[in-house]
Amino acid sequence: MRVRRPGAGAGPERAAGSVGLMSATAVSGTRSWRRAVDDLVRGWEQHQLWGHLGWQDIRQRYRRSVLGPIWISITMAVTAIALGILYAGLFGHDLSVQLPYLLTGFIIWNFISGCVSEGAEVFTSNVGLITHLPAPLSVHVYRLIWRQTLFFLHNLAVYAVMLVVFPQHLHWSDLSAIPAFGLLVINGVWIALILGIVTTRFRDLMPIVQSVMQLAFFLTPIVWIYTDLLHSTNPTIAERARLAELNPFLHFVEILRRPMLGQPQELRFWVVVLVITVVGWALTLFMLRRYRARVSYWV
Amino acid sequence: MNVSPDAPEVSIVTTDACVDFPIFDAKSRSLKKTLVGVVGGNIADGARVPIIEALRGINLKLETGARVGLVGHNGAGKSTLLRLLSGIYEPTRGIADIRGRVAPVFDLGVGMDPEISGMENIIIRGLFLGMTRKQMEQRVDDIAEFTELGDFLQMPLRTYSTGMRVRLALGVVTSIDPEILLLDEGIGAVDAAFLDKSKKRLSELVDRAGLLVFASHSDEFLRELCDTAIWMEHGQIRAQGELEEVLRAYKGMP
Repeated sequence: MRVRRPGAGAGPERAAGSVGLMSATAVSGTRSWRRAVDDLVRGWEQHQLWGHLGWQDIRQRYRRSVLGPIWISITMAVTAIALGILYAGLFGHDLSVQLPYLLTGFIIWNFISGCVSEGAEVFTSNVGLITHLPAPLSVHVYRLIWRQTLFFLHNLAVYAVMLVVFPQHLHWSDLSAIPAFGLLVINGVWIALILGIVTTRFRDLMPIVQSVMQLAFFLTPIVWIYTDLLHSTNPTIAERARLAELNPFLHFVEILRRPMLGQPQELRFWVVVLVITVVGWALTLFMLRRYRARVSYWV
Repeated sequence: MNVSPDAPEVSIVTTDACVDFPIFDAKSRSLKKTLVGVVGGNIADGARVPIIEALRGINLKLETGARVGLVGHNGAGKSTLLRLLSGIYEPTRGIADIRGRVAPVFDLGVGMDPEISGMENIIIRGLFLGMTRKQMEQRVDDIAEFTELGDFLQMPLRTYSTGMRVRLALGVVTSIDPEILLLDEGIGAVDAAFLDKSKKRLSELVDRAGLLVFASHSDEFLRELCDTAIWMEHGQIRAQGELEEVLRAYKGMP
């Protein structure tokens, strides 16, 4: 779908040099739905810019180090191996169960928490760019999600090694991991947008978001195996384990971790995620329509 | 809303546009009130959050070929006006209608990364200014020749002297084809020989641009690039017209 902007006539001279960013904008009717959608679409058209910047962010972090971005994978591997051995011992699980579970959980969680925590400062950390360049807000969000996706891809290398060491019973149907990751990305965009807008106005929310995410890490089954507790012989524990499903993050983790480990999938996780996606985007479009133009005043 | 066919391709029209800044961290209002003076906009009373009325009642109509200089004291609203005209600040009240590709040059350094090479910075800065990667790659030679940086273009930007950075930034900025060019002073710190060269390039850039708004304290530069001027005071347009007339009024000469 392409949204035509007013004033963006298809003159040949415009086609030559024009990218969405600097294209014609009619600054009237500041709070309209079209302007909100426009922001998302024009931001997307700037993919050369945010694509480049996302890469730059990663290379920047590992500049002058010999291994460079490979450090992302190494860090993940070391964490997963160390914690895998620790928790396998603590819970009395087999390492071949605990380690793959923990590794996939960590990879997915890193993506989710990256989108949420960095989403909370996506506009406040780009003050310079926002007050100097008339770019759509979504450019900064796309850059963030792209950067997180690149992190995720680096971590997938560790997952691939794990598949060799601890083979999982993967099936064709486990390709559902791809749309599942797509859903995570789509949700990452709205959550970064909405958190970015709200925290720009209310700065106190930033530490709150950080601590909520830290807490959520422990509440979400990443190191502890949720299904084991569900089938626990102790009925009280099994009953309490059901409460974990009230945690929305659980559903996001499950739709992707289950296919990655070749485990049977359950429809209810997908339904919850789809409902959150729709409701979240509706809310975000509303916020974007109302407060998009205010962000450059608030930063 | 559609573009009427006879409307000019590039234009900026504002009607009673106002820019109000909410100041969330200002606790003491009374202190703020005392600050209403010669410097800055007006701080409005009545609202719970103090508001600085940075711009008030801006009525402008600029069309293709306009070469407008912007004069006024510090804090008179020049930079805010440029940001309004670029679309960064959408007016809190009133209307601003901007048609055309905007190239805002407020800060030569924005978007420059000290850790990457000058060459890469050229590409990134170009992307920020609305060019594509291909277009910038075509211009790299031209920029290299103009900046006289030679092999230094392969070095990280942090190894550059201030003057070299300005050269690079000017080189990129003057290589683009903007429809609306918004310039905010800061074009100093270059050696004299280079300044002559950049002036030529700058006026070529201005010739290419459909519309120019240039904020500066230098009469010399203003005379070189502009033919009309706007005098900003306390966030409002004090006078607008022929460059020399406005300059005379601004300087308080008869």
